Amino acid sequence: MSSLTRFTRISSALVALAALAGCARTPQPVHSFAEGKPEKLSDWHLVEAHDGRLVANTDVVPYDLNTPLFSDYAHKFRTVWLPKGTTAKYDADGPFDFPVGTVLTKTFFYPKSGGEAKAVARTYDTSRDFAAGAADEALDLAKVRLVETRILVRREKGWEAIPYVWNAAQTDAELARTGDAIPLELVADNNEREAFTYVVPNENQCAGCHVANVAAKAIEPLGPRARHLNKDYSYASGAENQLAHWTRLGLLAGSPDPARAPRDADWHDAKAPVADRARAYLDINCSMCHSPTGPANTTALDLRSANADLRRLGVCKPPVAAGRGTGDHLFDIVPGKPDDSILLYRVTSDEPGVMMPEMGRSTTHKEGVALIRDWIAATSGNCDA
Amino acid sequence: MRKLAIVALCALAAGCGNEPPPPPSDADTAFEKKLQEQFLDAKPGTVIEIPPGKHPLQRVLTLRANGVTVRGAGSDKSILSFKNQISGPEGMLVYANDFTIEHLAIEDSKGDGLKVNDGENITIRDVRVEWTAGPSKDNGAYAIYPVKCKNVLVEDSIAIGSRDAGIYVGQSQDIIVRRNRAEKNVAGIEIENSIRADVYENTATGNTGGILVFNMPDLTQHGEHARVFKNKVVANNLGNFGAKGTAVASVPAGSGIIVTSNPKVEIFDNDIADNRTANVIIASYFITNFADKKPSEGYDPYPKSIYIHDNRFSGGGDAPDGLDWKALKVSMFGISGHFPDVLWDGYVDTKAQVNGQYPAEQRICVKNGAVEVLNVDGPNKFSNPKVLNDEVHCELPPLAAVELKGNT
Repeated sequence: MSSLTRFTRISSALVALAALAGCARTPQPVHSFAEGKPEKLSDWHLVEAHDGRLVANTDVVPYDLNTPLFSDYAHKFRTVWLPKGTTAKYDADGPFDFPVGTVLTKTFFYPKSGGEAKAVARTYDTSRDFAAGAADEALDLAKVRLVETRILVRREKGWEAIPYVWNAAQTDAELARTGDAIPLELVADNNEREAFTYVVPNENQCAGCHVANVAAKAIEPLGPRARHLNKDYSYASGAENQLAHWTRLGLLAGSPDPARAPRDADWHDAKAPVADRARAYLDINCSMCHSPTGPANTTALDLRSANADLRRLGVCKPPVAAGRGTGDHLFDIVPGKPDDSILLYRVTSDEPGVMMPEMGRSTTHKEGVALIRDWIAATSGNCDA
Repeated sequence: MRKLAIVALCALAAGCGNEPPPPPSDADTAFEKKLQEQFLDAKPGTVIEIPPGKHPLQRVLTLRANGVTVRGAGSDKSILSFKNQISGPEGMLVYANDFTIEHLAIEDSKGDGLKVNDGENITIRDVRVEWTAGPSKDNGAYAIYPVKCKNVLVEDSIAIGSRDAGIYVGQSQDIIVRRNRAEKNVAGIEIENSIRADVYENTATGNTGGILVFNMPDLTQHGEHARVFKNKVVANNLGNFGAKGTAVASVPAGSGIIVTSNPKVEIFDNDIADNRTANVIIASYFITNFADKKPSEGYDPYPKSIYIHDNRFSGGGDAPDGLDWKALKVSMFGISGHFPDVLWDGYVDTKAQVNGQYPAEQRICVKNGAVEVLNVDGPNKFSNPKVLNDEVHCELPPLAAVELKGNT
């Protein structure tokens, strides 16, 4: 008997058993591995596929960001889990100080588009992603295709990044230390189609973004910061601000009232000022490298939302090591002139060596580009010496 | 019409635009996976061997472990080819200390070839980084690119086809670049914003500019102290194919050695020949056609303490690049004449001068037999250029040699 057949039989038996048990499934407790890299995502018992859903385990709390990193239009399901009785310390600027044992997950998925496995929807509509009656706490696997789940685990020696790629049957995700390249096709609402290669980063590439302090050479989480988390989430128990929710659950200590905590704009919120949206977009997509301590501090460009120095923001700043990435333009940002600005040129490109960010996407984020264009166009001033 | 023709060509060649590259063979995929795992699993003391052969790779090789050696069987034998790269953009990206790479080649990466960021004790030996189609607008910026490193040794290596600089050491300190060959790059070898660099016994030929020592504003550190000696800097007359907006895009084709705004540079015992704009150019930040004329505070845009002596010059200066330079040459030296071997842009930091002279240790000095220096009078748009004599005939104390500790 081939191992595959055996596996199928065992799986079928398990499914039958589960059916007999009448869905009274008692989840196993979360296992935060202090070392090593388990072969299966399910070994962690953080997020698991069963009964047609991707479900977060008990005490595993889903979260969302005001403005997320663009990842080829993938939707994301993020969770946080802390060892019982431990608490993360609030920080107004940097990532929260999470205790040893903490595990974050981020599952990248797409709404399905038709029957073809590689066809996925290019949409911002998340309303169909979640299973009925679960608020935003469980994904409906009839509606979405899971691609990868990345784990960040806080160990004694620091954070480690571990990538998993979902199998074709969508039953589990397997360790993929060297990453993966998955052919997909984005299908827009108007049926416009775009084939691309979804690139799952390898472990060292994870560090390309998550080592945000190049001197410290240590991996850190990027999303769970006050300015990104300060928003409501639709929990099964009802909608609540995430900082308040985490505080109420005892996961977070030291957070001020959310009204007094920093809050980045939602890049996609047409009612918010364009500058706030653009700066939030640049912060989450660029500032892990383009900050005074990031790996791209060689270039003197600082795209953190907190940066108030216009030249460091790129306004009338000549490039340093852009090579052909300049697109024959003289400055990173020319106020009022998006088409003369290197920044717009590089976020528009999908060509390695030109495009920014350098990794994490294979396609152009049309709506993100439009936002940056609008922002530069609305910026006043000029670069005449 | 012309556009149509291009579109048709693209359709035929299927290589234009952003077509996904052909899928790799199973053997190539297996090789890449294993190599990626070696880079992930590397620990201090690990030696990653690159076997002979041409190995197509789809993805940047990233190293984050200290104390690792990557070793091939020779820069013409063990070849990592990134022609069909989908993720990078570098060929190899290293964030580690005590790193040695030797005896291999990196070809056709989408971005920089070999980038080493924030490392100490970096040795790059007998490494060839090349864009194999020759100079092209599609090439990556830097072939060999240590940046923000300490103790850097680049030796016996080859850099070909970079759209910026072939061997580029930036924002680093204690550097030796020796016995390398840089060819068909915009800049052959460039030392930028770096402290203490020895550049010797290299050959820079067929580039737009041969050897550059630059100091630019805004960066993490200011550069000083570079010795450029015993190099062959010959016939660097390649048309500039740098991207507009980059610093090197302002380098005129036919430049041998250029110093821009970098204090304490000693240029001696080189063979410098047939660079048709000028064999040596000493410039301030202002002469460069960088659009930016407002450099940051604390940055000194003027070259100071420059000492040129005992070089062997021949040819060059006879066909400068750019209308201004051409006109200047013809008006001063005639159609068949040539510029003197050393051009100086003539920008002076009057605040640093006492009685119209820099203090002795800050001067630009030339002690090179009959070699002449032309002040092109950049501040007045070349209106009153003149050949300098006594004012540049002086000596400066020699700069100390660079000593590396810890490189293997």
